[in-house]
Amino acid sequence: MNCLLSPMLLLANATALGEDPASRFIRLLTVFLLAMWVGFEVITKVPPRLHTPLTSGSNAISGITVVGAIIVTGEMATGFGTFLGFLAILLAMINVVGGFVVTHRMLQMFHPKKK
Amino acid sequence: MSSQAWINLAYLVASMLFIVAFKLMTGPRTAVRGNILGSIGMAIAILAACFEKPVLDSISTNGPWPIVLLTFGAIVGGVIGAIMALRYPMTGMPQMVALLNGFGGAASVLVAGAELASALTASRGTDPVAQLSAQANLSPWTQFAIATAFTGFIGAVTFWGSLVAFAKLEELASFKKAWTDPRRHLINLGLAITLLLLFAAVCANPHWTILYWLLVAVASVLGCTLTLPIGGADMPVVICLLNSYSGLAAAAAGFVIDNSVLVIAGSLVGASGLILTAIMCRAMNRSLVGVLFGGLGTTQVNSSSDDIYSGKVKSASVEEIAMILEGASRVVIVPGYGLAVAQAQHAVRELATQLEKRGTTVEYAIHPVAGRMPGHMNVLLAEADVPYEKLREMDDINPTFPETDVAIVIGANDVVNPAARTDPKSPIAGMPILDVDKARTVIVIKRSLSPGFAGIPNPLFAADNTLMYFADGKKAVLDLVAAVQKG
Repeated sequence: MNCLLSPMLLLANATALGEDPASRFIRLLTVFLLAMWVGFEVITKVPPRLHTPLTSGSNAISGITVVGAIIVTGEMATGFGTFLGFLAILLAMINVVGGFVVTHRMLQMFHPKKK
Repeated sequence: MSSQAWINLAYLVASMLFIVAFKLMTGPRTAVRGNILGSIGMAIAILAACFEKPVLDSISTNGPWPIVLLTFGAIVGGVIGAIMALRYPMTGMPQMVALLNGFGGAASVLVAGAELASALTASRGTDPVAQLSAQANLSPWTQFAIATAFTGFIGAVTFWGSLVAFAKLEELASFKKAWTDPRRHLINLGLAITLLLLFAAVCANPHWTILYWLLVAVASVLGCTLTLPIGGADMPVVICLLNSYSGLAAAAAGFVIDNSVLVIAGSLVGASGLILTAIMCRAMNRSLVGVLFGGLGTTQVNSSSDDIYSGKVKSASVEEIAMILEGASRVVIVPGYGLAVAQAQHAVRELATQLEKRGTTVEYAIHPVAGRMPGHMNVLLAEADVPYEKLREMDDINPTFPETDVAIVIGANDVVNPAARTDPKSPIAGMPILDVDKARTVIVIKRSLSPGFAGIPNPLFAADNTLMYFADGKKAVLDLVAAVQKG
């Protein structure tokens, strides 16, 4: 019975979401590959003297995982999950704010100080 | 338009801002604006996430608690991040970047773990729609299951790899020496096979959350054992690679929660890290595999150093060097990691100012892998107010060395070793170097004749036109400044 039910569940879920799992995966994969491509095109043009700010700036952007942390924490589905999500928010926010501030500090130094 | 559509639109705006931010990073003048636009994009994405349906639903059932949790977490994390970023000395930037990078990786691991826990609860819950969707996600080999396993794996490697890199860069005593146990390859191989099996197990049984945490634990060990053997000079490559991993972990988390802004931002960072990794490897003429598993020159003992140096090394006094500098019309300063260790950047700037007062042209030659992270020397010298127009890149400045009167090498070794050009048997053969040996006079400020990271002698030190000045970098440069001022 169970093995019969499970494909039906999958199908039901797919119609509920209006998108079958394979299309969803391909949609995200498209986004992933195109963004990688854009990244390669743009970043090859960054001159070596800006490599440190580029590293720390992109590092801050990798803290985007905070979006996932917010959704899973705000959902408050389980105590354990909420706790993990809360930790994730803390760490990701340190990453995001720390990354942008450090990059800003670094870039400020590339400008001649105003006397 | 539905509220979800507005949220998706906000994510789209955030994604575009990230791309523009990277685009503006190509110029020193626009980079500040780029960084600010990036942070605005992040703020938009964060605000939009607070209006996601699960969060709103939870507010209507749980009251204000979700809001309290989110605000508290964001503020505490943000304040800690800001304090760290403002307090940390500028010279410690490589460590700081490594540490922050690790936090991002850990956050992705936790997000995937939390999603797994909440899907498990929902699959046993009472809400029929949520139950169906959770059960579908927890079936074997779904996007959810595979992406969760992937996030746990890469995120944990990123976190522990970054912590080890931090400890190495911070020069904590127990991490100073690279781990060179010959059994390490075997250990890593064993860990990799275990991970592969665990990865498949998580994908096949996503509802057994214990498997996920086992995967995370083994990946954590691998993160450490992969980073421990890597020596100081290879750090730029490791930092870039870990940076790339943290982006890929975020992108994988995007596949877990079906969220495109995570995928876009994550893959941009992943691409950026990969490109920098490739650039760093090329600048050292080494393959990525060689950096990750090699440990260049750690085993070879070079007996020829005595033949190369014996009787040919000339050392000079401060007064002699000051006299040579007074007669020079063009001076090129070549900084290396030793400059960062000695904290001599301000002294070097002072020396350049003194020389420029006499009408001497002073420029800086920056090797792409000088220092411990990409672009390290640029940041260090910028901190000392050296205008960035004077920081010249390798390909740009190499043709000018024959017209250079004096090249001053401070704390650099392998990146100015002419053996890379002349000796095809040298371990660094073919590595692009700064051609300082072509300058009329070369002054090398160094504590001793000890070899650099590659562990090989440097014929430059014994060349006819080279004068050695054995001293600590900072003290040496300050003494030089005093001598030039007197003369």
